[in-house]
Amino acid sequence: MRSNSYTLGFTASVTIVLGFLLSLAASALEEQQDLNIQIDKKKNILRSLDFASSEESPWTPETVQTIFDDYISSIVLDPTGAVVPNTTADDIQDGAEFHPVFIKTMNGVVDGYAIPISGKGLWSTLYGYFAVEADGATAKGITFYKHGETPGLGGEVDKPWFQNNYKGKRFIDKDGNLIGIQSIKGTVDSGDDEAYHKVDGISGATMTTKGLNQFLLDDLKIYEPFFQRIRAGEGAE
Amino acid sequence: MLNKKSKAALTDPLMNNNPITLQVLGICSALAVTVKMDTAVVMTLAVIAVMSVSNTVIALLRNLIPSKVRIIVQLAVIASLVILTDQVLKAFMYDISKQLSVFVGLIITNCIVMGRAEAFAMQNGPWRSLLDGFGNALGYGMILIAVAFFRELLGSGTLFGIQVIPDALYAAGYENMGIMVLSPGAFIILGLIVWVQRIAAKIEED
Repeated sequence: MRSNSYTLGFTASVTIVLGFLLSLAASALEEQQDLNIQIDKKKNILRSLDFASSEESPWTPETVQTIFDDYISSIVLDPTGAVVPNTTADDIQDGAEFHPVFIKTMNGVVDGYAIPISGKGLWSTLYGYFAVEADGATAKGITFYKHGETPGLGGEVDKPWFQNNYKGKRFIDKDGNLIGIQSIKGTVDSGDDEAYHKVDGISGATMTTKGLNQFLLDDLKIYEPFFQRIRAGEGAE
Repeated sequence: MLNKKSKAALTDPLMNNNPITLQVLGICSALAVTVKMDTAVVMTLAVIAVMSVSNTVIALLRNLIPSKVRIIVQLAVIASLVILTDQVLKAFMYDISKQLSVFVGLIITNCIVMGRAEAFAMQNGPWRSLLDGFGNALGYGMILIAVAFFRELLGSGTLFGIQVIPDALYAAGYENMGIMVLSPGAFIILGLIVWVQRIAAKIEED
């Protein structure tokens, strides 16, 4: 039997050594990890806007950057929804009340807008992008790049089968009011009059999809003044 | 270089005392990361790295670790190695680390890792413990890769993401087995592997 002070001393030194090694590794790898996260965000913006990686041109960090630079521009909205002149998404500081819009332009024509969405699911905050067609009322795509939901249940939000259901759904009702897109229990009856703003739910993930429905609507509200201008044909500015 | 006992430490867990099929440890991650070959291979490498190093470190410290706190010290060493592995994956294999999600972190709770630290490395020297850790991780990884092979082949028609089932077969009415992509598929494959291996290893239940 060893003395208590030996035990305390031993555990303390083990903890200090391991803690030192881990913080060393974390700070040494931080830069590379941040770069990966940036590229991953760009990938998700591209994916929400209908770009896809293919076998002929697979996505690497370099090609993602090139595609992003070629087709995507960004503007920034202030809290009232007005465009802040001469700023891009890169200028936004963390925690500031400004909201970026990523604009996809193909051959000089606007082909869609992507906005960041985030909010609580069941266990975690989900982060992703929601893309809107050039008409300002139809969903073009949705992606998630970070969440901590249960794999196989809430985690299904990052699977194509779920995300593809959003394509072509409308978040504006026929009177022009913002209604959002709801993930419902079970599958959507395509004959239903309300089917245009509903998507199939995920079984076993009621809380995650409830959260998603809510924060998607909340985030769309922030951007509603902007999309109203788009729908009125006034252009982004 | 390898005497008989060292060799046994390395090779026993591959077949006669395989951690998954005979000790039935580490099943959770074996189900979770075996939908695709690439995640299974990366998980295997991660477990090999963690177990080889953790067994070696524990064996080096075995005479210094106070027995009262040995479990918590083992856990601290293992957890640190797992976090380190996770950080490296995030830096250099970001997409795969996202697919593996929580399961890299869950290597900490994989009973094989702590089981070998407590049952083997606390009593044996570092070299033999290294072999034992490597052997057990490889025994675990072999099964993982075998399960992933069948699940990806039958469930998605691909291996490492490359299509191997010819289009002609799909045209003739062949369909991927959806159940293989889901967890029950892993149970079925794992059950069959356990069965085959027990016959091969001539194991009889009491």
